[in-house]
Amino acid sequence: MMTDTSRTGRALIGMPTLLTGTGESFPQELREAAEEIIGRYPSDRTRSALLPLLHLVQSHEGYVSADGIGFCAGLLNLTRAEVAAVASFYTMYKREPAGDFLVSVCTNTMCDSLGGQAVFDELSSELGVGNDETTPDGTVTLEHAECLAACDYGPVVTVNYEFFDKVTPADAVELVRALRAGERPAPSRGARLCTLKEMSRQLAGYADDRPDAVADGLVGDATVAGLRLAQGNGITAPEFDPTTPIVPPKDGAS
Amino acid sequence: MRPELLAKLTPVLTRRWIEPDAWRIDTYERLDGYRALRKALAAHPDELIALIKESGLRGRGGAGFPTGMKWGFIPQNDNKPHYLVVNADEGEPGTCKDLPLMTHDPHALIEGVIIASYAIRAAQAFIYVRGEAVNAARRLRNAVAEAYAAGYLGKNILGKSFSLDVVVHSGAGAYICGEETALLDSLEGFRGQPRLRPPFPATHGLYACPTVVNNVGTIASVPPIVLAGAAWWKSMGTEKSSGPMIYSLSGRIVNPGQYECTMGITLRELIELAGGMQPGHELSFWTPGGSSTPLLTADHIDVPLDFEGVAAAGSILGTTALQIFSQRDDPVYATYRWLKFYEHESCGKCTPCREGNNWMVRTYQRILSGQGTHEDLDTLLDTCDNIVGRAFCGLGDGAAAPVMSSMKFFKQDYLDYIEGRTPPRLSDKLLVGAH
Repeated sequence: MMTDTSRTGRALIGMPTLLTGTGESFPQELREAAEEIIGRYPSDRTRSALLPLLHLVQSHEGYVSADGIGFCAGLLNLTRAEVAAVASFYTMYKREPAGDFLVSVCTNTMCDSLGGQAVFDELSSELGVGNDETTPDGTVTLEHAECLAACDYGPVVTVNYEFFDKVTPADAVELVRALRAGERPAPSRGARLCTLKEMSRQLAGYADDRPDAVADGLVGDATVAGLRLAQGNGITAPEFDPTTPIVPPKDGAS
Repeated sequence: MRPELLAKLTPVLTRRWIEPDAWRIDTYERLDGYRALRKALAAHPDELIALIKESGLRGRGGAGFPTGMKWGFIPQNDNKPHYLVVNADEGEPGTCKDLPLMTHDPHALIEGVIIASYAIRAAQAFIYVRGEAVNAARRLRNAVAEAYAAGYLGKNILGKSFSLDVVVHSGAGAYICGEETALLDSLEGFRGQPRLRPPFPATHGLYACPTVVNNVGTIASVPPIVLAGAAWWKSMGTEKSSGPMIYSLSGRIVNPGQYECTMGITLRELIELAGGMQPGHELSFWTPGGSSTPLLTADHIDVPLDFEGVAAAGSILGTTALQIFSQRDDPVYATYRWLKFYEHESCGKCTPCREGNNWMVRTYQRILSGQGTHEDLDTLLDTCDNIVGRAFCGLGDGAAAPVMSSMKFFKQDYLDYIEGRTPPRLSDKLLVGAH
């Protein structure tokens, strides 16, 4: 029993009697970051820092461990059960060690219609893992995702939440083979890839500290399809006068 | 293309998206950025609320509630902190307009946040961004830092007595947090589960204080209205649905994407703007505003896509996320996939939604694996009857929408599975333990 729980972590969440650890081994830097996060919220409402703190814990361990839960509970003066209840509610908190690259395939209706399920099935077969499982080498965790808000680029796959658009099963296989070979293919839009731990730090509310990563990525064609059509035909919204008064004249004249 | 059709394109919120580096503050300032803020801070907050009321702006997040009225509900001189919370938890299936706005024009949102906070007398604003939206959050955090450095955020903004802090708060993967009271619970560090209303957020919102929760597109509409006036805004759209709207087209059309048009445009016109249907595809069914809005069919191609027009056709304008399906797509399977989504995303707080979606998924699996009975159709409608209006929030109603509408328009497709004319789409192995 102990061997199992220490290996997977999953069995611990929701079983308060087995929850141990308070993150004593976590580095001082992590504690300082945690204090900084807590300081963003009103001093009598520190619990608001819980979601970012769980992202922070994940940036250190690659998942939310029992130790991480104790760490958050201690900082916010909550019980472990309260923290575990929150951690287990949200899908982005992983309950066992995840791979360096989280590959999410949208299989909601639109992406599925356009081939998303075929992409997932092909990846599952290529990687030899199912939904929410990690390859034995620890590089890739595969998951099916619900709508990723990029239906105009479907079917989409994300790697650590960066988009790869209009992906075919063959594209997807090439993508994960490259990831497992240590390469970092450029996403269709958005920033260059980082690891899931590094991404989790950004999710905790920190700026992307990679030089120029914020500038990465061009606007996608579909995003500006209507705008290009308008511009190409010399169409703009109606002209306006920026000095138009906020309070209209009393007599109702324009 | 017909000039009168092209004239329905009204790029206002999308107009900067194509500019290289529009996400940088200097580009934004060059393209009218922060001009509205200077104008707004010279006015009285109540005048801004009146302006937004006069513009007729309605919420862009799905419900279409009048924005100025929402701001006006905030009690003043109550000695409580007020909060502005931006709902940037975009996740309604089919919806994809807020993420590009925040990624390519983040300062438009931030300028709107500052003006709206000034109007409702808030000194603290939060932007709750969907966790998965890492690109949008990265650009937003950068923009917030730029705005602080330029004196648009922080203490005594532009030398006025008004001060404002903004925190960009990433969620962690839960569709339900797009529901405003679930979002507030999540922002307070709890599971994202909806609250019973009343009391409403206007009086008891974040930390039980007066709070306005507005969608990204709603807040980003504020600077252009302040700059150009209510009459200009109303020159686009219809009498009760004013302004431009970003229509998100996906599916079986030649050029999917974002089309910002005058409200009241029709699907026929939008499909034409998007280059027509893909070869070999004919329009069969579509969602006017995400999967939580009842499906419409080819018969509804000329319905005006504004709040009243879509309601009159028996659906909801929602988030104007038009998912377009053809005769090659299966309305029964499509509904099943949506239901799987609602089952997964049900927060579990209330029984009708938690149990109802679970059982409806099983019933669909039975139908799609060729084991369905005629009674299953009655069971589905009966389950919907027990969900609609009986759940804490709109998620339950949303789940019932595709079920009831697909059964209304495509009952024959269901019967074809049940009576064996359509081969099973799912393996009956899924049914082990299901009945």
